[in-house]
Amino acid sequence: MCLAVPSKVVEIREDNTAVVETFGAKRLVSLELLQDEVALGDWVLVHVGFAIQKLEEDYALESLKLFEQILEEEDEAYS
Amino acid sequence: MRLTVSFREADFIKRLERAIKESVERLEKVIRIMEFCGGHTHAILKHGIDQLLEGYVRFVHGPGCPVCVLPMQRVDLALELASQERVILCTYGDVLRVPGSNRKSLLDLRAEGKDVRMLYSCLDTIKIAQENPTKEVVFFAIGFETTTPQTAVLIKKAKEMGIRNLSVVSNHVITPAAIQHILNAPEVRDYGKVEIDAFIGPGHVSVIIGTKPYEYFAEEFLKPVVISGFEPLDVMQAVYMIVRQISEKKALVENQYARAVSREGNLKAQRLVADVFELRKEFEWRGLGIIPYSSLKINSRFADFDAERRFSISLPRPKEHPACICGKVIRGVAQPKDCKLFASVCTPSNPIGSCMVSSEGACNAYYKYRWQG
Repeated sequence: MCLAVPSKVVEIREDNTAVVETFGAKRLVSLELLQDEVALGDWVLVHVGFAIQKLEEDYALESLKLFEQILEEEDEAYS
Repeated sequence: MRLTVSFREADFIKRLERAIKESVERLEKVIRIMEFCGGHTHAILKHGIDQLLEGYVRFVHGPGCPVCVLPMQRVDLALELASQERVILCTYGDVLRVPGSNRKSLLDLRAEGKDVRMLYSCLDTIKIAQENPTKEVVFFAIGFETTTPQTAVLIKKAKEMGIRNLSVVSNHVITPAAIQHILNAPEVRDYGKVEIDAFIGPGHVSVIIGTKPYEYFAEEFLKPVVISGFEPLDVMQAVYMIVRQISEKKALVENQYARAVSREGNLKAQRLVADVFELRKEFEWRGLGIIPYSSLKINSRFADFDAERRFSISLPRPKEHPACICGKVIRGVAQPKDCKLFASVCTPSNPIGSCMVSSEGACNAYYKYRWQG
């Protein structure tokens, strides 16, 4: 029930709604809970008909890089 | 979209597995981690993370499944409302299949001709109310913090638009209150006590509330909390972060899911919720008993939209199925397979208890991924 789905913004409408694409299916969602402006092509988390958060792809890559570093250090320490 | 680098994933998971196991070996004890959210329970069972880390990490499945923790009395309330003349009862999918005291579900009532509707968005109830001016549309709202702001938007809109034939039953519950209750670890009669070393914090609840509310648990109860995403790599990273904290004798709130979760959360959503709702003095959770200040009711400014005020309904004491151990499963003191009904009488197509109904329930997950009958 609390699983929100990453979806891509494909159309922005005037009444604070947007069409998003989730796993190939398009649907209309409300943008009323979003704190940030969204643009076409942005990724948002969608839950029960509302976009609840803009997703930051850079963060994911950053955190992964950080992990790689930590694991490498551990590998060295225990090998 | 994959927000992870998938071609490295298998290699990454193997390295995390090794690092987790080496750290746990040095600690010389099995680490007990409660994953609060049912979405994580599913990810852990689906991808076999519990089997991968067996003997090193024990996952205690938490109560973060709104349908599972909904007490029978509230299910009976939904059924009673749906039975009333002129009512159109609207709710989210999972609620429709939960059996009440008389073993009937909302789906059964619909088959008998009652007007019960499944919602994708709660805003759809506005249209339903406009199209049915002689009917009373009741939204049976359920969910943790991820789902509450949407209900707040609905209620504000309904008031602005002057819609008179729409009201809401709020069953919205609060994550930190439940975690605190588990950490205070009172023996709950019939359910027992559960021991936990650390928490995997819910990902999408935290999108709304942020990581800040968990800081108190880390500090006060000395339990690490790591907020996690839902991919297998996310969960493995979160477990690794927990084990590392325990090795270093730390108890902090860490955020593995930084691509979606911030420390402050979604302040706009929080303001909307604060505007429309207030804390109930107490609320009953299936499996956890009565928890003070653990749920939200509609405040007096929006009282006209509170279905519990509009329809005063008093119900007899609810009757649980005598053999169902959902309460123990939700509390983390029993496993689904400990239940006599599991996979024999109680299955996803004929659920007896709420943990089998919801796709986030532990029984449903075990049935789907582990049961080979």
